[in-house]
Formats: sequence, structure tokens, C-alpha cells
Amino acid sequence: MANVYVSSIIDAPAARVWAVVRDFNGLPAWTPFVAESRIEQNDRPDRVGAIRNFHLKDGGRIRERLLALSDYDLSMTYSILESPMGVENYTATLKLMPVTEGDRTFAEWSAEFDCPPEREAELVSHVGRNFFQAAFRSLQGRFGPIA
Amino acid sequence: MTVRVVRSTVIDAPVDEVWRLLRAFNSHADWHPAIARSGIEGEDPGDLVGAVRAFTLRDGGFLREQLIALSDKERSLIYCLLEAPVRLDGYVATISLLPVTDGDRTFLRWACSFNPPRGQESALALLVGETIYGTGLLALRSRFGQGIRQSEPRPGQPALAVAPDRPPPARHAGSRGRVRCEAIVVEAYGGPDVLVPRIIEVPAPGGGEVRLRHEAIGVNYIDVHCRDGSFDLMPLPGIPGMEAAGVVADLGPGVEHLAIGDRVVYASATTGAYSGFRTMAAASVVRLPRDILERTAAGIFLKGIMADILARDVHRARAGEVALVRAAAGGVGLLLSAMLRSLGATVIGVVSRQEKAAAARKAGCDHVVVGTETELTRAVESLTGGRGVDVVFDGLGRDTFVQSLDLLALRGHLVSFGQTTGPVGELNVDRLAAKSVRLSRPNISHYLGDTEEIEARASRLFAQLRAGTLAASIGAALPLRDAREAHRALEARRNVGALILIPEH
Repeated sequence: MANVYVSSIIDAPAARVWAVVRDFNGLPAWTPFVAESRIEQNDRPDRVGAIRNFHLKDGGRIRERLLALSDYDLSMTYSILESPMGVENYTATLKLMPVTEGDRTFAEWSAEFDCPPEREAELVSHVGRNFFQAAFRSLQGRFGPIA
Repeated sequence: MTVRVVRSTVIDAPVDEVWRLLRAFNSHADWHPAIARSGIEGEDPGDLVGAVRAFTLRDGGFLREQLIALSDKERSLIYCLLEAPVRLDGYVATISLLPVTDGDRTFLRWACSFNPPRGQESALALLVGETIYGTGLLALRSRFGQGIRQSEPRPGQPALAVAPDRPPPARHAGSRGRVRCEAIVVEAYGGPDVLVPRIIEVPAPGGGEVRLRHEAIGVNYIDVHCRDGSFDLMPLPGIPGMEAAGVVADLGPGVEHLAIGDRVVYASATTGAYSGFRTMAAASVVRLPRDILERTAAGIFLKGIMADILARDVHRARAGEVALVRAAAGGVGLLLSAMLRSLGATVIGVVSRQEKAAAARKAGCDHVVVGTETELTRAVESLTGGRGVDVVFDGLGRDTFVQSLDLLALRGHLVSFGQTTGPVGELNVDRLAAKSVRLSRPNISHYLGDTEEIEARASRLFAQLRAGTLAASIGAALPLRDAREAHRALEARRNVGALILIPEH
């Protein structure tokens, strides 16, 4: 099983960051790589079990199911149902924690999945860098750079 | 009722490095400034789950804590309190580290829960959150962080009698009653580097004087002006510093209101606080209530007294008026905003950077403005319906003085109480007629008054701390020998909240 872990500091209070990222249908609004997204079956994006169906800017289509959403822990977990990446049993968790000194946010995004061993390094790096880290960078830009 | 306290920070070091230090259960004696000495009971190693550490605080308090969980996988440890001088019943705390992969840093979270006696919830939450966790986190950040260790003298500095970065512990010399201790001595006005650690001798107190052992020293912007010579307050060679908290070590004849061993605090009109001991006039020294810690007091006393003078005497704040506070997230700004609000004013706080806005809001600002003067003008117009504000508190001086005048309503009051950006210089008084503006340029030392007046202000300040209408926000606690780092932080406006210095005894 491959593991990805990326974390960063966002220069805004956790509640404000959470208000942006908790929207399971909101990837186009805050990540640089999603072109458009919809929730299948006219479902609500915060219903656990909802499926988001989105297109990457490079054209790939991904379907993901919301497995857990916690406004208490500021975290969400989802799994991939379909993607062009060739991974299996993919689950990921995005979680925020307040940094009380300076009222900022610690954000972590982790994933685990199965894949052919020869592709593991490439996929771990791809997901970590091009998705998670890129999304955090774009969040940082949205809330202003870290002093 | 169960109280939960959480403090967290980001440390500029890889997570494994921070964990190597923190996983040893007895290492807190190495990094937490409040701890005088600590040992693990029996022959137990520090990573034995069940180990008990017994330790003494610098204020004399004795505690025992037991390690109940340790995980190298999660990089976390859990411990509980077995014995303590305060009622932190059922106290269990967790320290956990997480890697910040972006920049190879560490997110540190320190959280606990306990069941305090009724009525003590907020005081104990403040004690744990600010004095224990806040101070500990800042010490850790300093230990791993930027700059704090660069305090060795540069080549070419005069040789000192004693290595400046670690003076020996102070001892009572006995003969002639002099006490040797570390102090920061300025021999030539200049930048932060003129703050040189030295060993000095502090004389026995004369009539009306007291000799104090400082436990915590407050850092104020006025210290920068003394250091660079722009205020004519400190003759050379001189020791900067206007406030500190500590213990009465000796009394001269004629001092009635203090006793040896009293815990005390002062804000004085003369310099000399950056020192392990100080002999000074007893009149401005007041006793510290049991529930107010030296660090808290040193961090807020001068600023709190200043805020009290500004809000009640220089300006008499009234319910319903609109007050604008510049540098609202600074040491004085936070306290002044809170006081103005508790006196019923609507407070607009101005801060230099976005990350300071939350602190200003928390302190009591109804509105916080970040940005340029144009944006500020627009914000004030819309918040006051074009009328302007009733009073502006401006401690910045040159750069903002004229704009502050422009923000006032007719018959408004400009309180220019500082000059961190430079002196205001000459002023065309006729200009004030355009709006019938009143102008105050107070020198706080003229308002301090006698011991009784200071005590009245002090007890008001302490009451507000207890009630929670004022928060003691200690931004950083550094060793006294690192005073120059504190000045750098202050001048770069990096700090949110008060800076304090801790002498080594």
C-alpha cells in the first residue's frame, strides 16, 4: 500500500479555510487543476455518500465518494471510484487544525492506495506534488503569503 | 465543568529533530523557562511509560507528573498531573508533533483537559494556556528558530570580564551589600547590537529605596528610543528598561508599603530594568496579587498603566463614542482597545498586517482595518457615516500624524502618545482650527502619580485580567542576554503581544 502525506501552513484562521475546502463540490473554486465539478444524482455536497464527478484541466475525469465529513474535526475523507490514474482502494483525508499562535491553519492531506509496485514512486509524487501541494499553494495565494 | 486548553505553533525545524528533544520526559527542564530543576523519580529512563518527573518551578512551586503514553509513531506523549500547587484536578495533557512537509517544519500541538474548582475556570485556563503552554511554545520556537542563538558578540566588540552569552549565576557578594548579576549595558547609542550582556554590581538600597530580584522584564518601544539615543532618558553607560516584576530582596529605611519577599511589579519613569537585580525608589513599586504571575505582570504592566492613563485621563472615554487605535495589535494597542471597549466606546483598530487582525479583534476591536491610509480613510468614512471618529490614539508619530488629524470628527481629540516612526516635528497649530481638534501629547511619567495612584491603576488592571476583559498576551519570552533579539523583533513589527525578558539567577 502506497502512502502520500503533504502538509502546509495557511495564513488564515482554520474556520475560514474550512469554509472554502469543506465544499465537496468546490474543487474548481480553490484548486488549480480542476476545470469543472458536479455532484451526481442532484445530491447535496455535504451528504456523506455523495459522489463528485469532475474534470481535470488536463482532461481526465475523476469520480470520488465522500466517506466522512466532520465540521467538528475539520476533516473530510473520500475514496476514488474512477480515475485515469490506475490506482485501487484509494482513500484520502484532508484535515485542518488551528495554529493558535498567529491564528493560522495547519492543513494536511494524506492518501493511501494500491498500485503496481513499479508505478508507486511516480504516483506518490504525482498525487503529493501536482494535487495536494499545488492545492495548498493555491490556498496560500488566496489567503495571502506567509510572513 | 471540564476545561480544555489547546495551544499550537509552527517550529522552524524538521519534526524528527523536535521530537528527539521532546520525547525525553525530563527534557522540559532544558527548554521550558518556568522550570528551575527537574528529575525522574527512581532510576527510571525518560521514555519509560509510567515514569514520574518531579520538578520545581522558578517561583518555587513543586509538581509531579507521570508519563502515561509515548508514541514514536505518532510522535506524541500523554502525561497526567500527580501533584501541583494549583487545583488542576484531573489534568491530562498531550503533546503531539506533525510534519509540515511544505518547508520541512513542525506543527506542535499541546492540549489538555482538567476540572477546576467553580469560579477558577478562566484564571486556570489562562495560567495553563498562556503561562505554561504559551511560554513553552515560544521557548521551543526560539530554541529551534531564527536568530535567537546569534547572540554571541561579534568580533571587534570589547572583551568582557565574563563571557556575555552565559553569565554565571548571581551571588550575594556580602561585603558592602553589593549583588552581582547579569544586565544589559549600553555604552554607545545605536542599533540592537549595542545591547551588550555584562555582569554588574547592584548597590544595597538607601533611604526610600528597594532592591528587587527581577523575574521577568517587560520590553517596550520606549526602550528602543532609549537605546538609539532619540529620547534623552538614559545617560551612558546605561541600562535600558522601564518595567519588571520580581521579588523584594532588600529594603532601605523608610519604606512602609513593602516587605522583603513580597512579589512586586513596577513601571518607572527611569531606565534600568534590563538587569537581574535593581535598586530603585520604592514609591513606584506595587505588590503583585497572588493570582497574577510575574511574567504576566511584566508583559502588561507599563502598557496597561499607559492604556489606563490614555483611556481614562488623557482622554476620558465615553460610552457611545467612536475611537480609533493605531497599531491595535501591539502591546499597548491590544490593552487600550480592550479598555476603550469596556468603557463603552466603539473601537476601530488599525493593524499593519493581516495576521495581526485576529489578535486585535479578539482584544476587543469592533472593526479592524488592514491596509493603506486611503483604505483606512474610506473605512472610517463608511463606519461613521462620513462624520469621522471622536478620538484617535496614535503611537506611531511622524508617518501617520496628519492622516490621524484628518480622520477626526469635528471637536475630535488626537492623542499622540508615541513616535515609533519618528518625531512629529513642527506643527502648524492653526491647522487644528479646521475641525476644532484637541491635541494631547502626553508624557506618561507625568501621569504616574504617587504610590497610591499607581496602586489604584494596578488594581483596576488586575481586576480586568481576572474578569477576562483584558487578556495578557505574551508574544515571546527570551533570556535577558538576548535583549537585542527582542529589539529586532519589536522594530521589525514581527511580534503580536508583549515581549518579555527573563534574567538568569
